[in-house]
Amino acid sequence: MDDERILDVSRRSFLSAGATALPVVAAIAPATAKTATTVGKHMDPRISNITLEINGRQHRLAVDTRMTLLDALREKLGLTGSKKGCDHGQCGACTVHVDGERHLSCLTLAVAAEGTKVVTIEGLEDSSGLHPMQQAFIDHDAFQCGYCTPGQIMSAVACVHEGHVHDDAEIREYMSGNLCRCAAYPNIVAAIKQAAAKMGQG
Amino acid sequence: MRPFEYVRPSEAAEAIRARGVAGADTAYLAGGTTLLDLMKLDVIHPAQLVDITRIQGKAYRKVERTDAGLRIGALVSMAELAANEILLKDYPVLSQSLWLAASAQLRNMARVGGNVLQRTRCSYFRDTSYTECNKRTPGSGCAALDGFHRGHAVLGTSDQCIAMYPGDWAQALIALDALVEVLGANGPRSLRFADLHRLPGNTPNIENNLKPGELITGFVIPGGAWRRSLYRKIRDRESYAFANASAAVALDLNGDVLRDVRIGLGGVATIPWRARKAEEMLRGKPLTEANATAAADAEFADARPRQHNRFKVALGKATLVRALLEARDMKV
Repeated sequence: MDDERILDVSRRSFLSAGATALPVVAAIAPATAKTATTVGKHMDPRISNITLEINGRQHRLAVDTRMTLLDALREKLGLTGSKKGCDHGQCGACTVHVDGERHLSCLTLAVAAEGTKVVTIEGLEDSSGLHPMQQAFIDHDAFQCGYCTPGQIMSAVACVHEGHVHDDAEIREYMSGNLCRCAAYPNIVAAIKQAAAKMGQG
Repeated sequence: MRPFEYVRPSEAAEAIRARGVAGADTAYLAGGTTLLDLMKLDVIHPAQLVDITRIQGKAYRKVERTDAGLRIGALVSMAELAANEILLKDYPVLSQSLWLAASAQLRNMARVGGNVLQRTRCSYFRDTSYTECNKRTPGSGCAALDGFHRGHAVLGTSDQCIAMYPGDWAQALIALDALVEVLGANGPRSLRFADLHRLPGNTPNIENNLKPGELITGFVIPGGAWRRSLYRKIRDRESYAFANASAAVALDLNGDVLRDVRIGLGGVATIPWRARKAEEMLRGKPLTEANATAAADAEFADARPRQHNRFKVALGKATLVRALLEARDMKV
């Protein structure tokens, strides 16, 4: 994602700007952080200057050591696709890929994610358009409210890469870390089977 | 979450020194799946976290056959270890007890060294609005005794604590007589896995026999393969749930007769539970349903169930009998 795209008018940025001007400043934090921080220790040992690689792009930021990767994505970098459900590693809504594996960003410290390659739902789409898993979720109506969907999709892509898509039972077992309160589970399984075939597996 | 300092050493010795400097008010961070959860709940609040995921050394990250047995590095993830070819072929109980635990995401994050020290899921321990918890605040009492304790332990309890040990892999480790390798300020040492965890007794706040600052660096499964072994886990839902009862069993059969039998029980005890009474009754005997049932009865004879967890006695026995008979019938 480039800086210009953050400034596009979206539903979220429009609503944010309507509430206060501050969120707009927050949205361009990645650009300002580059000049505001230097690599190395911060005066306060509980603040760290870190570089995170998110969706192939480097972001320099100063974070409280307590900040989770999820909060850094959402609050510092404006990448609000990853969702905060339980914030305790139980629901899977915050699932992202860390060095190619599905991880829970709510139980990952932002400081500890330094040096890893993080991919979020925003980084799944490429120049050819939606990822086959995203398209499959649309095709199979694999969501109702949609809140768990980014986590479901990130988990599902990893599930296919892991090769755990031989039958419905295996898909259900290896997707059990992603809860859907709307219970769109049958449609999610169907979507994963379609995408697995397109992705060359399953 | 309360403020803390974060350090990320590149050498194990440096990590141990860092913990030594900060004293007891510090913790090692690897997968963080239990630690950060409990820090958010304010159950634990270390002033410093020592991230050990970048410490150098292949030994922390590999699984290999050695003269002493199978050695497993402590920084191997649960997911990686569950899929390891050696485990799948020669130690099915070690693999099954890993992939039947948690979720795919948690298994990718959690490392096996930290896994064995997973804290209890007792809701009175996890919820600080309850003032009574001897594990969290020594001497404060135990809200679980007369509270809702359906998920609590029936074996190894005390009148101070009935919290259940929630892990799965530990049951397999204790059954196979694993050794734990640790590194401390005075160098490396090794202890029996059976000596790692402590019964709650009068000090449920002290859960293991590691000295302050000691770091688990690996595990060794002595001897050869245990191909006739498996893990059975009974839960309220089929996936992503803690055990109501579980059994890790490993058999050495000579015809119908048990030359050796190893049993670890989960979901029912305060610590990873080695079922030595049941083993003793079975060793040298034919593995029949009657013998398995008698052994299970003997193991649970000292069980101390309470109002809501009485079912765990019958379920624990049935789980053990089923695991033994299924292992007997395995094609190996």
